[in-house]
Amino acid sequence: MQLVASPRPAVGPGPLPHFADILRSEFCKLRTVRSTFWALLAAVVFNVAIAAVLGILLPGHTSAHTQATIDSTRVSLGGLHLSQVVVGLLGVLVISSEYGTGMIRSTLSAVPQRRQMLAAKTAVFTAAALVTGIASCFAAYFAFEVFLPSGSSMRTTLSDPGVLRAVTGAGLYLTVLGLFGLGLGAVIRSSAGAIATLLGVLFVPSILVSLLPQSWQDTVGAYLPMNAGESVITVHHQAHTLAPWPGFGVFSLYAAAALAAGFFLITHRDA
Amino acid sequence: MIEAVGLSKHYGATVAVDDLSFTVPPGQVTGFLGPNGAGKSTTMRLILGLDAPTSGSVTVGGRPYTSYRRPLFEVGALLEAKAVHGGRSAYSHLLCLALSNGIGRARVDQVLDQVGLRSVARKRSGGFSLGMGQRLGIAAALLGDPPVLMLDEPVNGLDPEGILWIRNLLKSLAAEGRTVLLSSHLMGEMSLTADRLIIVGRGRLIAQTTVQDFLSSGAGSFVRVRSPQAGALTVLLKAQGAAVALQAGDTLSITGATSDAVGELARANGFTLAELSEHQASLEDRYMELTRDYVDYRTSEDALVPGTK
Repeated sequence: MQLVASPRPAVGPGPLPHFADILRSEFCKLRTVRSTFWALLAAVVFNVAIAAVLGILLPGHTSAHTQATIDSTRVSLGGLHLSQVVVGLLGVLVISSEYGTGMIRSTLSAVPQRRQMLAAKTAVFTAAALVTGIASCFAAYFAFEVFLPSGSSMRTTLSDPGVLRAVTGAGLYLTVLGLFGLGLGAVIRSSAGAIATLLGVLFVPSILVSLLPQSWQDTVGAYLPMNAGESVITVHHQAHTLAPWPGFGVFSLYAAAALAAGFFLITHRDA
Repeated sequence: MIEAVGLSKHYGATVAVDDLSFTVPPGQVTGFLGPNGAGKSTTMRLILGLDAPTSGSVTVGGRPYTSYRRPLFEVGALLEAKAVHGGRSAYSHLLCLALSNGIGRARVDQVLDQVGLRSVARKRSGGFSLGMGQRLGIAAALLGDPPVLMLDEPVNGLDPEGILWIRNLLKSLAAEGRTVLLSSHLMGEMSLTADRLIIVGRGRLIAQTTVQDFLSSGAGSFVRVRSPQAGALTVLLKAQGAAVALQAGDTLSITGATSDAVGELARANGFTLAELSEHQASLEDRYMELTRDYVDYRTSEDALVPGTK
């Protein structure tokens, strides 16, 4: 029986395993399950299709005054309401599906350096989400513009103040939201639990805060995850919201906190 | 070589592994035996660093498993149940694992051939039968051509042909000088495959021995004699220090004397022997005898045979 593997590399107690190999492995995992393909495709379709539909319908169904004052860039990114859910879902699944299926035991047997594995997973997911997020947000913006009648007051160009930042920011928002999901997935490890938590953290706080006195809403509201994150896709700045990049920074902190907890726990718990 | 020293693992109040020390030497198949819940799987998880021991330590090739940069070249492991994402094909599953240790695609094809999964390599592993899943797990264990192999219940779900295949595979791997640790609760399988035994019950080490010694050390080995002069023979045997029990009619069951000694004694005294035979306890009997007190989930005999009381 012949049992010869490819040339045996030097094994030794080196400080770092081969991070490039771990990246390759994690990319292999991401591209060889169908959920990745479907989630990313759904994100693109939601972003572009909803933008196109809004571009077609809004001019004939809203008053001239509304059209002149509306934040039309943000409207063109209306597909985010749905695409953020699937990107967040994918972020969760990237790690929680390993726990759900038992794959994590194979993974950690092959790569016992758990934090490096999680770092590689995070890097690979970030790349995939960033490319899909930014490309689909630009596609959404242009789809919206294409269907607007020429001379519509809702028309903008990427060179208008804040527009390029909002469209790019939308792609970044999707990516960070996916990373938030990944962090929660690493902490909670159950797909259902992590998804419920992610959606809960995004949608529930604004409902709760609306029960508070107005002055509290004005101070606290801006710092809620979704409100903070959306400030980067807003061109017409509103009262009691954070400025675009500080808002995005606050949103990123939530994701960073979840990821940090995931990185801490992965070496402190049994697999 | 796998070495555990004072290995313990507690899950809350449950003690899964309790001060376990053992050595798994190279060049032999070592059977890791114990009733369900004895701590076999937990021990294997501790060896792989998947779980952290509460106390004690375990090394593979002299180092903790987690210190290896490319552990697939050191230990190949098949863990209990499926440790596979069912949405991935067999080929993709193996490729993703291989890449993490810098192993190429050619080797993935090789191990797929070796375990006989080539024809279904592109199918999603979620649709695999238990036996195919085991073959996929074994393929993963072989990826790095490692000197140490550790398999948890590898014959589970395999058909007779598959069982024969894994038995021969493990023996040939051990013959190449590799360390093979194989867990099972199936005694019959163990007696055919293993050279050495580590027996655990309720997380504790019960015995660490060779299969040969394990069998012959048993209180269950005895010599059976049938003779018309059974009574006189009994007196003589007892005088020589053997324990003799009279079975039906003229049949004696003797412990503490070999069949050679009994035969010689009979010839010297002119006794007629109608039967002289040596009986060895089967591995199964010895195992049951040894683990009787360690079984967690035992059926009550009364419950099994209604109406005996």
